[in-house]
Amino acid sequence: MKPRGREVLRVKRLFKTFGSVPACRAVSFSLRQGEVLGIVGESGSGKSTLLRCLAGRIQPDDGTVLIASDDYVVDLWAMDEASREQFVPTTVSLIHQNPRDGLRLEISAGGNIAEPLMAAGGRHYGSLRATALEWLEKVDIDGRRIDDLPEVFSGGMQQRLQIARGLATHPRLVLMDEPTGGLDVSVQAKLLDLLRSLVLELGIAVVVVTHDIGVARLLADRLMVMQRGRVIEEGLTDQVLDDPHHPYTQLLVSSVLHV
Amino acid sequence: MEADLIFDDDAIGYSFAYLDEMTKRMIRRAILKAVAVPGYQVPFGSREMPLPPGWGTGGLQVTASILGRDDVLKVIDQGADDTTNAISIRQFFAKVADVVTTERTGEATIIQTRHRIPERALTEDQIIVFQVPNPEPLRRFIPEEAVARKIHAFGRYGVMYVRLYEDISRLGYVAMSADYPVIVNGRYLASPSPIPKFDNPKLHRSRALAIFGAGRERRIHAIPPFTDVNSLDFVDHPFTVQHFETCCSVCGAQDSYLDEILLDDRGTRAFVCSDTAYCAEQRDKRIDA
Repeated sequence: MKPRGREVLRVKRLFKTFGSVPACRAVSFSLRQGEVLGIVGESGSGKSTLLRCLAGRIQPDDGTVLIASDDYVVDLWAMDEASREQFVPTTVSLIHQNPRDGLRLEISAGGNIAEPLMAAGGRHYGSLRATALEWLEKVDIDGRRIDDLPEVFSGGMQQRLQIARGLATHPRLVLMDEPTGGLDVSVQAKLLDLLRSLVLELGIAVVVVTHDIGVARLLADRLMVMQRGRVIEEGLTDQVLDDPHHPYTQLLVSSVLHV
Repeated sequence: MEADLIFDDDAIGYSFAYLDEMTKRMIRRAILKAVAVPGYQVPFGSREMPLPPGWGTGGLQVTASILGRDDVLKVIDQGADDTTNAISIRQFFAKVADVVTTERTGEATIIQTRHRIPERALTEDQIIVFQVPNPEPLRRFIPEEAVARKIHAFGRYGVMYVRLYEDISRLGYVAMSADYPVIVNGRYLASPSPIPKFDNPKLHRSRALAIFGAGRERRIHAIPPFTDVNSLDFVDHPFTVQHFETCCSVCGAQDSYLDEILLDDRGTRAFVCSDTAYCAEQRDKRIDA
């Protein structure tokens, strides 16, 4: 069991509907430093909407999102837009399923890692460069490729680069939306290893959204199962997956193919 | 102002300085706002001018709005007083406002310019008006106007440093040589119009008021006198200006911005001052001495 830090995120009765379609209904949970929360559920169950509400991208209709900073707690959707724009990039990092959504393809790999650092006020080229190199190494990309465009990278490399870009600013909260989606299984396995070691090393709080039970089992300490915008089951990952109570969770677990 | 109003419109068929009084008032209000918020782009209702957009309609409207009967006007294009654009704008105001025009930087009270700031230091009783093709320095990175305005509002200019980072990592230096973005008064990111970066330091704590007019984009921004203007750079890669190995082949000036001129088809070339008035001044000094 990993040591648990202080609470980083607390979500209270979050609601979001798109027209008549409910995406999140009364979602509540909390997350501590060093903890990984998995959210599983079928397409359209509201996982990604929830993540976007936490990332400051979509305003929820109701409910609160509390994020702890160094010495204060902020209510993400109660503060004004300017403060939120200031707060979110330095505290929360969103990793997209498709690396093309999270990277700037027209600038170099190093530039991609340096950009959020420069947005946070980094004005020393040498140290930006050093940080970029350090992170490329961490995510297992050859440092000589620092000036290559992400366009020429493979899908797995692009995803690793996106992770480097997302973590270089030392966010307290990392939100991952299907981080291994669209990658072949051996690359997935490597990426999962990388994510696991980074999470352990940095002690960040992670919410990982996935529809892949295997990913959830490997990465997540706790699991939340969503269906039609509601949290229908939650608990420790092993507990939920080995002894599912809700019929939908049972279906989900039983539909995994065993080779 | 009163003098403008009693101007006899019938004599030449135009309002003083071409624009009608209400339009000038609207533009003056935009200018006042721009001066009050240094570097901030103020929208204004740009008018059709007897000049194609892109030829300086923004500068033309600003000049028309601030011109008084006692003003002495100088117009330069790429530093030169004798290019087509400069001559036609100068003649235009000589005709519609009946103002005195000059080629001497020191004599002018209003200087309308495209692509240069005169070499001779400007004084507090002068106003320099820039013709601006693209007032939005973020445009190259942020195509959406709404997003760009938010970035200005929140002052989050990190994205601009990406360009600097990319240039240094690829070339070892920042390759932008003109229209080099600046932070005005420690707050707003602004485009200094396509002046060579050689001229950027002249904007810093300049004694003269600088007004930038973009006619097609309908924006006015300004740098009031004695305002801090800092060109973007990294701590370990400070901003530098162009340096010339040679001096002007006409006047011998070593401190001016030089244009390269091809003299024949065998590659013979010469460097001369781009600021023609400054060049003439230096030449006269040399003859006197």
